[in-house]
Amino acid sequence: MRIECCYCGARGNEEFAYLGDATVLRPDADPSRALDEAARQRWHEYVYLRDNPAGPHRELWQHVSGCRAWLVVTRDTRTHEVLKVEPARDVALAGGGAKT
Amino acid sequence: MDPGDKHRDDNMRYSIFSVIGQALRGNTEWTPVWRDAELKPAYDVVIVGGGGHGLATAYYLAKEHGLRNVAVLEKGWLGGGNVGRNTTIVRSNYLLPGNVPFYEWSMKLWEGLEQDLNYNAMVSQRGVLNLYHSDAQRDAYARRGNAMRLHGVDAELLDRDEVRRLVPYLDFDNARFPVQGGLMQWRGGTVRHDAVAWGYARGASERGVDIVQNCEVTGMRIEGGRVVGLDTAKGFVRAGKVGLACAGNSSRVAALAGLRLPIESHVLQAFVSESVKPLIDNVITFGAGHFYISQSDKGGLVFGGDIDGYNSYAWRGNLPAIEDVCESGMALMPMLGRLRVLRSWGGLMDMSMDGSPIIDKTPIDGLYLNAGWCYGGFKATPASGWCFAHTIARDRPHALNAAYRLDRFATGRLIDEKGAGAQPNLH
Repeated sequence: MRIECCYCGARGNEEFAYLGDATVLRPDADPSRALDEAARQRWHEYVYLRDNPAGPHRELWQHVSGCRAWLVVTRDTRTHEVLKVEPARDVALAGGGAKT
Repeated sequence: MDPGDKHRDDNMRYSIFSVIGQALRGNTEWTPVWRDAELKPAYDVVIVGGGGHGLATAYYLAKEHGLRNVAVLEKGWLGGGNVGRNTTIVRSNYLLPGNVPFYEWSMKLWEGLEQDLNYNAMVSQRGVLNLYHSDAQRDAYARRGNAMRLHGVDAELLDRDEVRRLVPYLDFDNARFPVQGGLMQWRGGTVRHDAVAWGYARGASERGVDIVQNCEVTGMRIEGGRVVGLDTAKGFVRAGKVGLACAGNSSRVAALAGLRLPIESHVLQAFVSESVKPLIDNVITFGAGHFYISQSDKGGLVFGGDIDGYNSYAWRGNLPAIEDVCESGMALMPMLGRLRVLRSWGGLMDMSMDGSPIIDKTPIDGLYLNAGWCYGGFKATPASGWCFAHTIARDRPHALNAAYRLDRFATGRLIDEKGAGAQPNLH
């Protein structure tokens, strides 16, 4: 499996570290308030629950042995085909998640 | 006469006399080991997944709880998933309270399995040796061994000389990872994995359980918060209760009921070498990397290591994980470099968020979940089926699986043997 890094080109997957699902969003936390039940539920979903799809999956990889950039990779989990690679920074700035 | 007894009469009981008798008749009168059944319109219990855990569940439902109007639905062929893809190792060398009694019960069931099933599963208690390579690791294994012995499980801490007498061919003086000793569980070992599937299938089938192959579940019908039946490749089937035992694909099947699980599917690869004469008597695990090896009765060395580390439903992995496994093997046993790898293959792992499984009821009445086995599901097969059958039949968990709750991720009662946190590819 090779991943087309936005900055370094196509590299073997051994150069990348995997963090997981890029679509989960970290809940907003209000540090002045105790967690209510709804907030607990949101954190539970963020930390633990995953869609885990068989098919296209948006996920976070870091090019640790290269440029060290975080990437949002869209990859088909049935075939390992990489469909799209975007800088995680761009995705975050566009409001599309990327939980880092 | 109930249906279970009728099927039992149709089947053959295996013994030395049946083997000799068949040999004299040219082995022409053996009957099929289990019935390949057609799907009926309704069952008391439907188990989704015809692997080791699903078949064991059906067997214990019939044997322990008298539930015989049971079906096991398998999307492919019986035993074609993880029960035929693992490295056949069984052990109960766990550390944490929720785990040790469960896996020890599994070990006890393994010890009596062949007599119970009247089927040769080639249970071989050849000993599982976990090597340590540093003082800190020795202390950690001493702690683990003590935890095991406090739970009544056998464990023996071996020093370097004792390990050397047992397995002299290791690279004891490896510059980076010298072997300092190991934690041995002599009751651990290997079991012929396909025979486990066939043996449980036979035991369930002769008690009246219908095993239906090529019957993928495509939908789940829920009325008033209760599951009433399943849409399958062979049509609708009504079900009083439904048990999911489809690890690897648990998220996909649970999604049919609108559930999101604390699970990611990952691929784990395993390997077998060409056959050689008896070489490795025990199961040996490397402590400085992730590598485990044993020798099958056919002579091939069976070994594996880490999962590839990314979500996958592909049933195959990539080369970096293979390289890592082979490097670990070479660091432990340089002689492996003289052997050729015969085959490698992949299986799908339900990697849970704390590295421990789930055997529990779900928020939907009549729907039960057996999932999240990470890459340790094979050794758990008997106890998993036994506990899941109890949970389904009595509508509440047994004490042995009481810690394997689905809601433990919300309540904070995690069972994290490795202490890796909610990062499934690190468990």
